[in-house]
Amino acid sequence: MQYKSLIGMEIHVQLLTRTKLFCGCEVQFGTEPNTRVCPVCVGLPGSLPAINLHAVELAIRAGLALQCTIAGFTKWDRKSYYYPDLPKNYQISQYDLPIASQGILEYELHGERRPVRIRRAHLEEDAGKNLHDSPGMTQVDLNRTGTPLLEIVTEPDLHSAEEAFAFANELHRLLVYLGVTEGVMKKAQMRFEPNVNVIITHEGVEYATPICEVKNLNSFKALRSAVDFELQRQLAEWQRDHDYTLASCGKENRGWDDDRQETVYQRGKEEAHDYRYFPDPDLIPIVVDDAWQECVRKALPEMPLARRNRFMQDYGLGLKEATLLIEDRPTADLLDAAVKAGGPGNILAKHFISFWQQHANSRECTIAQLGVTAPRLAELANLQQLGRISSSAAATLSEALFSSDQSPAEIARQRGLEQVQDRGAIERLVDDALADNPQAVELIRLRDKKWEKSLGFLQGQVMQKSKGSASPILVREILMQKLDLNQG
Amino acid sequence: MSEQIAATQVEHIARLARLALTHEELTRYGEELGHILAYIEQLNEVNTEGVEPLAHPLAVHNVWRVDEPQPSLDAQQALQNSPATDGRYFLVPKVLEHYDAS
Ligand SMILES: [Zn+2]
Repeated sequence: MQYKSLIGMEIHVQLLTRTKLFCGCEVQFGTEPNTRVCPVCVGLPGSLPAINLHAVELAIRAGLALQCTIAGFTKWDRKSYYYPDLPKNYQISQYDLPIASQGILEYELHGERRPVRIRRAHLEEDAGKNLHDSPGMTQVDLNRTGTPLLEIVTEPDLHSAEEAFAFANELHRLLVYLGVTEGVMKKAQMRFEPNVNVIITHEGVEYATPICEVKNLNSFKALRSAVDFELQRQLAEWQRDHDYTLASCGKENRGWDDDRQETVYQRGKEEAHDYRYFPDPDLIPIVVDDAWQECVRKALPEMPLARRNRFMQDYGLGLKEATLLIEDRPTADLLDAAVKAGGPGNILAKHFISFWQQHANSRECTIAQLGVTAPRLAELANLQQLGRISSSAAATLSEALFSSDQSPAEIARQRGLEQVQDRGAIERLVDDALADNPQAVELIRLRDKKWEKSLGFLQGQVMQKSKGSASPILVREILMQKLDLNQG
Repeated sequence: MSEQIAATQVEHIARLARLALTHEELTRYGEELGHILAYIEQLNEVNTEGVEPLAHPLAVHNVWRVDEPQPSLDAQQALQNSPATDGRYFLVPKVLEHYDAS
C-alpha cells in the first residue's frame, strides 16, 4: 500500500502586547479571576471596541517575516460563538480580508531546507476560560477574553510528525525572535492545530481519509505525538473500512488526550458550526500603505536561520553551538556587538559557548543578562588572541570581571594570569623537553607520518613544564625553530 | 424568493442553537423565517453591479488606541450584574465540552 501524509497547520499565537486587542485591560497571566475585565471585554451593552495599534504592527511584522503579502485594506468580522467565555456571542476576527496572506516559511530538517506555504495570517481576539471544577455549574473567568491573537494557517505542505515538529519549532523561534510573541508554551501562548489526512493509493485507486483537525495542542511534544497517532489511526481505520474517506465522512475535529496519548473524536461535519460571519459595524477598517510596510520591514532583524549560518561561517561555530547561541536574541546581539567592538569573532564565540554559558547557567539567566558589556567581552578575547593570556586564564579572568570594574588586562596583570612571554625562559623549557624526549624528536626529523602528532606532544610537554603559563604561540614558534621546521 | 425554509434546515439551525423544537414548531418557524428572509431579499432588487462592498458606513480608517493599560473593573463590579457568581467567577449552567474558539 502506497500512501502520502498531508499535514496543514493552524497556529494561534498570543501577541506580545501590554493590553487586549480592543480594550485597555492588561494582558496578564495567572491573576485573580475577573480582575482584568472592563465593559468592552465583558461584552456589556453600549461598550465600543478600540483597536490596539501595537497588535496590528506585530501582525504586520510577523506577516512580513513570513514573506506574506500585507493587505492594503483590511477589516474586522464577527464570527458567531456560543460559549460564555466570549460573552458578546461573537468573536471579532478577520474573515475574507486577512491582514497577511500567501507567504512562506522555511524550516530545516536533516540539514535540508524545506518550505511551507503560509495561506494566511489574521488577527482575532482570544476567548476567556470556562472551568468545570464545580458540580452542576461552569465557572467563567474573562481575564483572557479579548487577548490579541494572530492565527496563522499553512498549506498542507508537511508530510510527517517529524516535519510538523521541526516546522513548529522554527515558527516559534522566528516569532519569539521578532518580539511578536513571548512564546511561553506553558501559558498557551502558542497553540497548534494540525489538519491531518492520508492519501492512499490502492489497486490503482486513490483514497483520501477524512481531514482530522486536532484541536489546541500546546506543546511541541504533544503536536508530534498527536500527528503521529493520527496518521497511524487513519491508516488503520481505512484498512478496516475502505469507506473511511473524506468523501463519505467529511472533516472531523478531534482532541488530544495526553494521559492516554491518543486523539479523541469531538465532532463531525454534520455538527459543524455555522459561523455566520459579517463585518463588524463597531470597528473601522485598517489601511496599510507602502510607507508603513516599508517602515516595519526596515526594522526587521536578521532571521534566525540566516543568523545561525552567518555565525557558523564567520565565527567558526558548529551547527549545534550556533543554534544554541542564536536561540536567545539579546545574547546573539551581544556577540555581534562584541565583534563590532573589535573582538575576534572565533575566540569570542568559543568564550560564549564555554565559560560565559556556564556563568549564565549557574546564575539561571542568559549570557546577555550577565551584564558584561560588549567592549569588556571583546577585550578579554583580544588578550587571548594576542597570546597574552591562555584560554584557561581567560576562563579564570571571566569570573573576576563580575566583581571588578578594572579592565581585563589590568586584572590579568594583578592576578598573575599573563602568559610568560620571556623568550629565554621558554627556550630553556623547550631545550629540556627536547632532551627528555629524543624519540619524538627523531620521529620529527625523519618526517614520520605521525610527526605532527609528535610536535603536538612536545608542545604539550613544554606547556606542562611551564604549568600552563607559557604562551602557546611562542612555544610553538621556538619549537619549530629548534627543530628546523619551516613556519607556516 | 424563498417563502418557506425546509424543515430540515430549521432543524439544523435549532440544533446549532441547542433548541429542541416540536414538529409543529419546525413548520411554523420555517414559515416565519421564510417571511423574514423574503423581506430582506428585497435588497437583491437593487443593482449593485460595479459597487465596492462596504466594510463600514463611515469613510474613516486607522483610528487607534495606544497599547497602554487602563484601569479594569474590580471583580465585584465585574460580577455585579451576573445572575449567579461565587464571588470570583461568573457562574453559568454547565457548558458542554468539546468546543473551540477558533
Ligand atoms: Zn477589557
